Amino acid sequence: MYTLGIDIGSTTSKCAVLRDGGERLAVSLALGGIGTKGPAAALESVLRGAGLSMKDMAVVAATGYGRTRCDAADMEVSELTCHALGAYAAFPQVRTVVDIGGQDAKVISLDGEGRMRGFTMNDKCAAGTGRFLDVMASVLQISLDELGQRAARAKSAAAVSSTCTVFAESEVISLLAGGVDMDELAAGICASVAGRVSALVKRQGVVPAVCMSGGVARNEGVRAALSQALGEPVLVSPDGQLFGAVGAAIYAYRKGK
Amino acid sequence: MSEEIKKHRPPPDPNSAKYKLGQIAAKAYSDAQAAKDRGEPVGWCASNFPVEIPETLGLAVVYPENQAAGIAARGGGARLCEISEADGYSNDICAYARISLAYAKIKDAPEQNVPMPDFVLCCNNICNCMIKWYENLSRELNIPLIMIDIPFNPDYEVSDGELAYVRAQFWDAIHQLEALTGKKWSDEKYREVMEYSGRTSRAWLAATACARYEPSPFNGFDLLNHMAVMVTARGKKEAAEAMETLLQEYEDNHEKGLSTFRAEEKYRIMFEGIACWPWLRVTSTGLKSRGINMVTTIYADAFGFIYKDFDDMCRAYCRVPNAINLELSRDKRVKLCRDNHVEGLLVHTNRSCKLWSGFMVEMSRQIGQACDIPVVSFDGDQADPRNFSEAQYDTRVQGLMEIMQARKEAM
Repeated sequence: MYTLGIDIGSTTSKCAVLRDGGERLAVSLALGGIGTKGPAAALESVLRGAGLSMKDMAVVAATGYGRTRCDAADMEVSELTCHALGAYAAFPQVRTVVDIGGQDAKVISLDGEGRMRGFTMNDKCAAGTGRFLDVMASVLQISLDELGQRAARAKSAAAVSSTCTVFAESEVISLLAGGVDMDELAAGICASVAGRVSALVKRQGVVPAVCMSGGVARNEGVRAALSQALGEPVLVSPDGQLFGAVGAAIYAYRKGK
Repeated sequence: MSEEIKKHRPPPDPNSAKYKLGQIAAKAYSDAQAAKDRGEPVGWCASNFPVEIPETLGLAVVYPENQAAGIAARGGGARLCEISEADGYSNDICAYARISLAYAKIKDAPEQNVPMPDFVLCCNNICNCMIKWYENLSRELNIPLIMIDIPFNPDYEVSDGELAYVRAQFWDAIHQLEALTGKKWSDEKYREVMEYSGRTSRAWLAATACARYEPSPFNGFDLLNHMAVMVTARGKKEAAEAMETLLQEYEDNHEKGLSTFRAEEKYRIMFEGIACWPWLRVTSTGLKSRGINMVTTIYADAFGFIYKDFDDMCRAYCRVPNAINLELSRDKRVKLCRDNHVEGLLVHTNRSCKLWSGFMVEMSRQIGQACDIPVVSFDGDQADPRNFSEAQYDTRVQGLMEIMQARKEAM
């Protein structure tokens, strides 16, 4: 039985095709989220990768902010449930999932069988999300990857506010003008995101093992700062950004069985 | 399509509670306007000010909180908030206050007009922002402010000291109003008002308690609409009769297996916090479309006052939900959750009320633990539509539903 999970986020679209809810046949990621050509591109890519067509799919589940506007889907499910399922499939020991996406941050607690027990999400503010990093990378005129790399090798972190993206941007510009080292600035920016998110994690309860999913999981600077703030190692997978799509495909399999 | 449905909708039954309650709520405004037109003094009154005082004195009052909720529910919230903000009020303060202060300036809002006041009646048992809001109304409009201070109560009981402090203020308010308006207090009239207020409150609390039935005979969002009568008219005979009709309808619904919740009731939740008036339909639909019925909320019960004499009335106003400590607040909600077989708690983090929203985080955590139910919160606002994101709300509600679903499946 083939199932397809489609995760339509705010900035990217991801797909996963599984056989019998476990074996991964193909995954894809396309730039562009809800309202763009991203979802169609990700879908075409995953089907090509799996060597299958839509009519081979027994059940299709959509997740992410675009989940309710996906014609190809048989069902929709929240990204909360999907990230929990995707993370649990990758790390069966995980009890806390920290998902930082383009426009929100979620902390999901799992029981011992991978079921979501509860969650806490960010309030209505871009600080502590991927968008914050986008804005800061743009101010520094470096890529997101370079931002993470610079933060990881910094000897110390500059103090950057986590209250507001616009305030933080002004601070970063002032620090740049004051000649603060670029690596330290990058580390300060990552620590700002980690500080904001770690408060959410503590509110939900830090139960090890902790793992990160979502696009920001790729940023080694944020990962290290979050681990330090929580006092716990943070597990990451190279496929962390695909947990939502993989989780949706697992959900589709369980519902379609 | 919606027009077509409207055309075929039967006319409202004038004997139904919904019709009667709607008429009473509307009459509260028209009576106040009529009094103003006759040249009588009219007041603006805080929602948890002892309504028995103006009612016994025969004074017409309107409620700025209700007016602001009405304006917000009909789409005027942002417009009026921006007027206040342009005058220098921070958008961090209560949106009811911003709307009311804007109205005091422009004196016209087609969404809900009210007569301009000759005095204002403030009681801070519901919030302390209200003191500055009413002080500013008093100053801007150059009219008297009558203020009753009811301190936050850290204990479970109302002490004799607090009772004496509050009772003296109630009598002082009565004497000030007598001097201001020429109206006279009558003990006989007060007993009548107390009797109607008690009847109304008993029927209202009994109606809300019908949520213990499974399925509930009503959609919890009905309570938010009917609550207007509890705020504005609980001391009136018509209110008592309408609430008794409501209770009878809910009992009848239960007997017949009917409900005003027009969907299959798959899940039952408690809603914590004030309604998100500008987004009432969205917040209601997000629940109903998933079979989630909001069966209980402390906010509705907050306006049921039962007491046996003047002192007891003073105590009742010292025990309103916003004036009591975390532990007592928690215990009251835990009881509601247990009595009404609640499976989840949805918390509205109200940007208009940072103080109460701060309190809620810990209280909700303790309720979740005590009742073993999932707790989910969303950001919103009681009257400023700019502080709410539909997509964020939808994801949180869906997540809550999925947790409740998984728990049922695991049973």
